[in-house]
Amino acid sequence: MEKSSSLKLFGSWASSYTHRVQLALKLKNIKFEYIEEDLSNKSEALLQFNPIYKKVPVLVHDDRPLAESVIILQYVDEVWNERPILPADPYERAVMRFWCHFADDKLGPAVGVVFASSGEVQNAAVDQVHENLALIERELREGYFKGRKFFGGDSIGLLDIVLGCGSYWLAVFEEVMTGVKLVDPEAFPLFHAWLREFEALDEVKETIPAVDKLLEYAKAVRAMLLGHCMGNTGVTDAATPATTAAPATATASVPDITVDSS
Amino acid sequence: MASEKGVMLLDFWVSPFGQRARIALAEKGVQYEYKEENLTEKSELLLKANPVHKKIPVLIHDGKPVCESLIIVEYINEVWSDKAPLMPSDPYQKAQARFWADFVDKKVYDCGSRLWKLKGEEQQAAKKEMIEILQLLEAQLGDKKYFGGDSFGFVDVAFVPFTSWFYSYETCANFSVEGVAPKIAQWAKRCMERESVAKTLYDPKKVYEFVCFLKKKFGVE
Repeated sequence: MEKSSSLKLFGSWASSYTHRVQLALKLKNIKFEYIEEDLSNKSEALLQFNPIYKKVPVLVHDDRPLAESVIILQYVDEVWNERPILPADPYERAVMRFWCHFADDKLGPAVGVVFASSGEVQNAAVDQVHENLALIERELREGYFKGRKFFGGDSIGLLDIVLGCGSYWLAVFEEVMTGVKLVDPEAFPLFHAWLREFEALDEVKETIPAVDKLLEYAKAVRAMLLGHCMGNTGVTDAATPATTAAPATATASVPDITVDSS
Repeated sequence: MASEKGVMLLDFWVSPFGQRARIALAEKGVQYEYKEENLTEKSELLLKANPVHKKIPVLIHDGKPVCESLIIVEYINEVWSDKAPLMPSDPYQKAQARFWADFVDKKVYDCGSRLWKLKGEEQQAAKKEMIEILQLLEAQLGDKKYFGGDSFGFVDVAFVPFTSWFYSYETCANFSVEGVAPKIAQWAKRCMERESVAKTLYDPKKVYEFVCFLKKKFGVE
């Protein structure tokens, strides 16, 4: 296959961002070489290919590196047109991009804080996760995604991949942190139903690690996070499931002054 | 929202994010209605058009809202594709453009805000970070006319509104953009020769007035 004469993916087995790219490549039946990174001891190659963020995933196509999973997904879709994952219509594309950004900017970080904290901080983060899921649920119930089996329609697309690869952590975290309820099927029936459909797909089952491995990993990370003081000590980026954001940290005490919101 | 035909932009005059949309629309020669929002009293229309974030800018095209400035710019580029392409056609170059526009998004505004919000050591740290950001962007620009090469592109649109904030950053944190990243300073001047940019950006002194107003309002000295 000339288009993938040299295609390498640097990733981490527990990184949902890595899974996104693996899933897309699998859907399109693209062959690639996978390189597992030890995020506590990053390779020279990774640091060379992603000097700005030093994170996984990084896709290297004919020695040219690409970073940031959503950017990688769009690139893959543009180079390998078979089995498209982005819609053709510009408005639909804008909607998908919006919710992908929401997933990475709001939902993911909130889930990350839930996982990395306890007590009041965790409670507040759980509320945040519920608020975020409620927004998605509303779109499924009565908004843009009403009546759809998947966000992409009859088959999974960009947003399914982005939201889906990561949402499996919700159930895992609930198991690890008893008493924390993140995705109650009664509160979020449509989101729950969508996630079930997503996880039932063969390509998804082949991409996401086994639940018991995820559980074991999450328990170990949680113990380590709580063992250290609040902060991102020793836990590297993709080793913090579902997000690369550090746990809640104090920001400047000055109120947030922005020019595009209040 | 009624599906009225046409293009409307909900915005706030000095917002660099809103300016991205304005510049893209101007480059494409798109007629639109501009609606200034009072951010302390957001309109029903804004709250309905962007219920998730309640932020500007929002582009409303034939009654349908598009939110998030870079998403708006990509949308504008894809819909009005007959003129002034803002993205390269090569997928790898396109991915690079998205990467660097996203970098601007992640870094410039937050770091810039810290320059005028904070004092002492925290401000010094923010200043060091801003210089690094500018130098990384300068390395990316290289000797090209624009980030997009010979043509004004996505990264140029993403970053150019912040050039009117340079004076504020420099004054608050005591450094010179020209001193630390001369190619960026020259690029900013070249961009101002474009009508779309010159007609959209405010005078840096006016932006600085706004920054001083915010500082006073929030008790930053």
